[in-house]
Amino acid sequence: MLLLAHGVAAAAAPALVRALGRRVFLLLAVVPAVSFGWFVAQAPTVTGAHARTLTETVRWVPQIRLELALRLDTASWVLALLVTGVGALVLLYCGWYFAPRDPALWRFSGSFVAFAGSMLGLVLARDLLLLYVFWELTTVFSYILIGHNPERQANRRAAMTALLVTTLGGLAMLVGFVLLGDRAGSFRVDAVMAHSPAGTVTTVAIGLVLLGALTKSAQVPFHFWLPGAMAAPTPVSAYLHAAAMVKAGVFLVMILAPAFAADPLWRPVLLVVGAATMLLGGVRALVQDDIKLLLAYGTVSQLGFLIAVAGLGTRAGALAAVAMVVAHALFKAALFMVVGIIDHSAHTRDLRRLSGLPRRMPVTFAVAVLSAASMAGIPPLLGFVAKESVYQAFLDAAHDGTPGMPSLATTLVLAALVVGSVLTVAYTARFLWGAFSTKPDLDEPTPVDRVPFGFATPPVVLTAATVVLAFCAGPMTKVFAGYDHLFPAGGHAAYLALWHGLGTPLVLSVVAVLGGVALFVVLWRRDTLRAPRWVPTAERVYEATLRGTDRLAVELTGRTQRGSLPFYLASILVVVLLIPGTMLALNRTWGGHYTWFDSAAQVPVGLVMAAAAVLTVRSRRRLTAVLLSGVSGYCTAMLFVLHGAPDLALTQVLVETVTLVLFVLVLRRMAPYFSERPLSRGRWLRRGIGVLAGIFAAGFAAAATGARTGRPVSDLFPQAAVEYGGGRNIVNVTLVDIRAWDTMGEISVLVVAATGVASLIFLITGRGGEQNPAEPLQHHEPVSAWLRAGRTQRREDRSIVFEIVTRLTFHTIVVFSVWLLFAGHNGPGGGFAGGLMCGLALGVRYLAGGRRELDEAAPVDAGRVLGLGLAIATIAALAPLAFGGQVLQSAIVDLHPPLIGDLHVVTSLFFDIGVYLVVVGLMLDIFRSLGGGIDADAEGESPDLPGSYADLDLDPDDVASVTQALR
Amino acid sequence: MTVNVLLLLVIAVTFGAGITLLLERSLTRIVVGTLLVGNAVNLVFLVASGAAGRAPIVDPDDPSPMSDPLPQALVLTAIVITLGVAGFLLAMAYRSQQLQGDDEVQDDIEDTLIMALAERDEASQSWEDDTGGEPDEEGADR
Repeated sequence: MLLLAHGVAAAAAPALVRALGRRVFLLLAVVPAVSFGWFVAQAPTVTGAHARTLTETVRWVPQIRLELALRLDTASWVLALLVTGVGALVLLYCGWYFAPRDPALWRFSGSFVAFAGSMLGLVLARDLLLLYVFWELTTVFSYILIGHNPERQANRRAAMTALLVTTLGGLAMLVGFVLLGDRAGSFRVDAVMAHSPAGTVTTVAIGLVLLGALTKSAQVPFHFWLPGAMAAPTPVSAYLHAAAMVKAGVFLVMILAPAFAADPLWRPVLLVVGAATMLLGGVRALVQDDIKLLLAYGTVSQLGFLIAVAGLGTRAGALAAVAMVVAHALFKAALFMVVGIIDHSAHTRDLRRLSGLPRRMPVTFAVAVLSAASMAGIPPLLGFVAKESVYQAFLDAAHDGTPGMPSLATTLVLAALVVGSVLTVAYTARFLWGAFSTKPDLDEPTPVDRVPFGFATPPVVLTAATVVLAFCAGPMTKVFAGYDHLFPAGGHAAYLALWHGLGTPLVLSVVAVLGGVALFVVLWRRDTLRAPRWVPTAERVYEATLRGTDRLAVELTGRTQRGSLPFYLASILVVVLLIPGTMLALNRTWGGHYTWFDSAAQVPVGLVMAAAAVLTVRSRRRLTAVLLSGVSGYCTAMLFVLHGAPDLALTQVLVETVTLVLFVLVLRRMAPYFSERPLSRGRWLRRGIGVLAGIFAAGFAAAATGARTGRPVSDLFPQAAVEYGGGRNIVNVTLVDIRAWDTMGEISVLVVAATGVASLIFLITGRGGEQNPAEPLQHHEPVSAWLRAGRTQRREDRSIVFEIVTRLTFHTIVVFSVWLLFAGHNGPGGGFAGGLMCGLALGVRYLAGGRRELDEAAPVDAGRVLGLGLAIATIAALAPLAFGGQVLQSAIVDLHPPLIGDLHVVTSLFFDIGVYLVVVGLMLDIFRSLGGGIDADAEGESPDLPGSYADLDLDPDDVASVTQALR
Repeated sequence: MTVNVLLLLVIAVTFGAGITLLLERSLTRIVVGTLLVGNAVNLVFLVASGAAGRAPIVDPDDPSPMSDPLPQALVLTAIVITLGVAGFLLAMAYRSQQLQGDDEVQDDIEDTLIMALAERDEASQSWEDDTGGEPDEEGADR
């Protein structure tokens, strides 16, 4: 419900921005604020030593057990409070941060609220896969937010780096989740926890999941994306660094720790990486001049601290981790807001140019001092409380010993953390000194604008929480018990307190503060604050990886994508010959009964066909090659006849005839000979591949025949054809009834092919013949003219005898084609053959009288014929549904109309009529395009037919010279 | 099932010839190659459908074995599709003739450009080298 509200708010935000400008943020802040209130109200249920877990499940796709399963326990409650509370404050802050007329505000507001919603979903997810979805959503939205100003190249890079690094970890984590869920038998977080499987697979899975957590939380060596993320507007940094995104990794460690802390990989990885990150981040924070960047590296350092504590996996460690997460969120958000205020008021973030601010912005100064003190761990603030408990937890762990980490190692980690704290104090001091001190080398204080009241309110609220919560240490111990009681009790009872008493933790705190101050003073005195630039090795590795990938892609594409069609085809064929060819050679289904031939007539036909094929390859004239391929086609038809397939033979003869006519129509515009190319080596390679492919095809045919051992499915067809299909021609009944779905697909392909042909020739519209604008035919021509070609064709192009014979036979052929259509159900024929016949009749009309004659014979748009045919076929297919039948079912109707006699009608006839019309449309389209269209082009009647590169905005000379230069 | 050796040989020759033509650059040859390959494949169906017989038209008076009707239905659609494909390829050949003066399939210019990049050991055109510059929420690159 709350998630939904975030989604709606995110979707509505861009529209609201237009209406309200930047005040929209005040309205948007209501959504997380209300959520915050609801979570506070749940406190009695989900917190404390006897906490219960609230769950809610919305079924989504039950078939694959995918559901929106949510849960709320103490850990997710704490995080949800931070996400919504800090979220609401940051949104309020945005209301003053942005310029009133910022043009990118619509995008920012929407993606920010969506980001907050994803983060909330992440902490509430009960299902690991759902958690992953929200995890990646935060990645995507952070990409948009970091790239808020895409005009700077550095920003684009920063956004892309954040996206790549966190997605890499996310993908590893997904694999880990799948492994874990598979081991546990469920993807529910609670089920996985209850199962807590162990073993090598689990260790691998945990390693992958931790990789995700470490990348998201910017741990060494993936820390480098986070400082770049400050390319985002400061409110985003405040949210992303404090309460969202980077906390996701810590959160994941927190919820998995109770079950998996004992894993051999867990503690060594988390403690060592965390400590290293804390040290590295601290050192780098110390050398920054930009106070925002200083804080960003400070976040890296603090995250290392958090990961180490959360990964400790003891009850005291858990308590300390929760406290530290809260403390960090409060002070870091407040500090970033302070930076934003300074940036807006003083128009710089460079600590060398900031001077004398406290007097001009006292409230901001107070906020900064308190929050920074909390960061440094100075009492009486929440940061101190949390830090003390962290020290105590590590001391206990070193004393008690934990699986996977010897006591000495734990002590060393603690030492590293204390050194890290020294660095923390030092960079905190540098932050305060840099932002607020009065620099002697700057003559006058930095000029500052007035800070609006509302702008400063959110950080004040956060700082107040830092102070107040420090004095609520006792109640907090009770509240967080819901989380830390998931761990076994340690040697000492763990509790949070402002005053732990005089003990080692206090000593360590004092050491950290004094050491930090001393370090800062030493560095400041010696004026080495601008320390030498570190060599950012992790960035270099990342950079080199990206560039290497890009180069690899270029090399690989250059090698494999040659852009040459013969090369691609040859590659495919060679693979076919190598892999399926080898399999074919090794298979054992050569059985079957071999015979030389079925009938003696097959021998001469077969020999002629083979000879035609060989001669086709050798021919140099286009027409010869085409005619020889026609011979091959007619021979195929004869082989069909000899095999007992009259329908095939009929269709093949018709198609072959049409194809020959088409070839001649097109070839009349081409050079008679193929161009000579000196490619002897290539030619023999081609022939070699051809020979092998031929052997492969024959072997395939033999193996396929030999492999047929069961009874053919078509044994049942004769009976089915008569009983259900109502026809005796089994092939035709198969086409229109038994396997009508195939035919349906096929005529759709024909429509596409016809459209393609027409659009290649008539680049614009105008395949409709008479609809063609260049046809003012009726105006100057009597409709009754019998031999129309007399006015439209040149005399030398005419053949009167041919024209007259054509006119006389045309109607007979068309009637015959209709007869073929109707007779096809019981004898050879059918929609395909009938359509081809009718198309041939039209083609002959065209050949005899030219394109005007064709328009006269078929005064319709070919597209309409195609569409009508497809529509009739579809209606015939769907009509049975209206009568309670199935799609494409056919019924047999016997009518007894007077005069005509008995009429035997099968409804699939209508489907066949559709097929007939589609084929006629195809033929009409082809003759109009390849016949009439090319004629018109030759006569120069269609000047708008694009005929050169000019229409593509390319200069042919340029293209040629580019191609030449590349060679 | 009975295997017709003669038809196997015809298939081998026709298919091989068709493939050889397909590997050419001239679109006319490619269309002819497609037709030959189409014929050969249709014959494969014929061989695999078993022995020859009488036409598959139900006739209660004639008990002699029929040829298998199912492959014939498949081949029938294939023949008509081949016509559509041939028409389309011919239209393409014609366009190619119109635009370039011949019907040869040229190498792709974009691919040639990428090959040139690979030879010069350069990154792709969309690659942005790190030219420095600090990320900031305001302003643009100079």
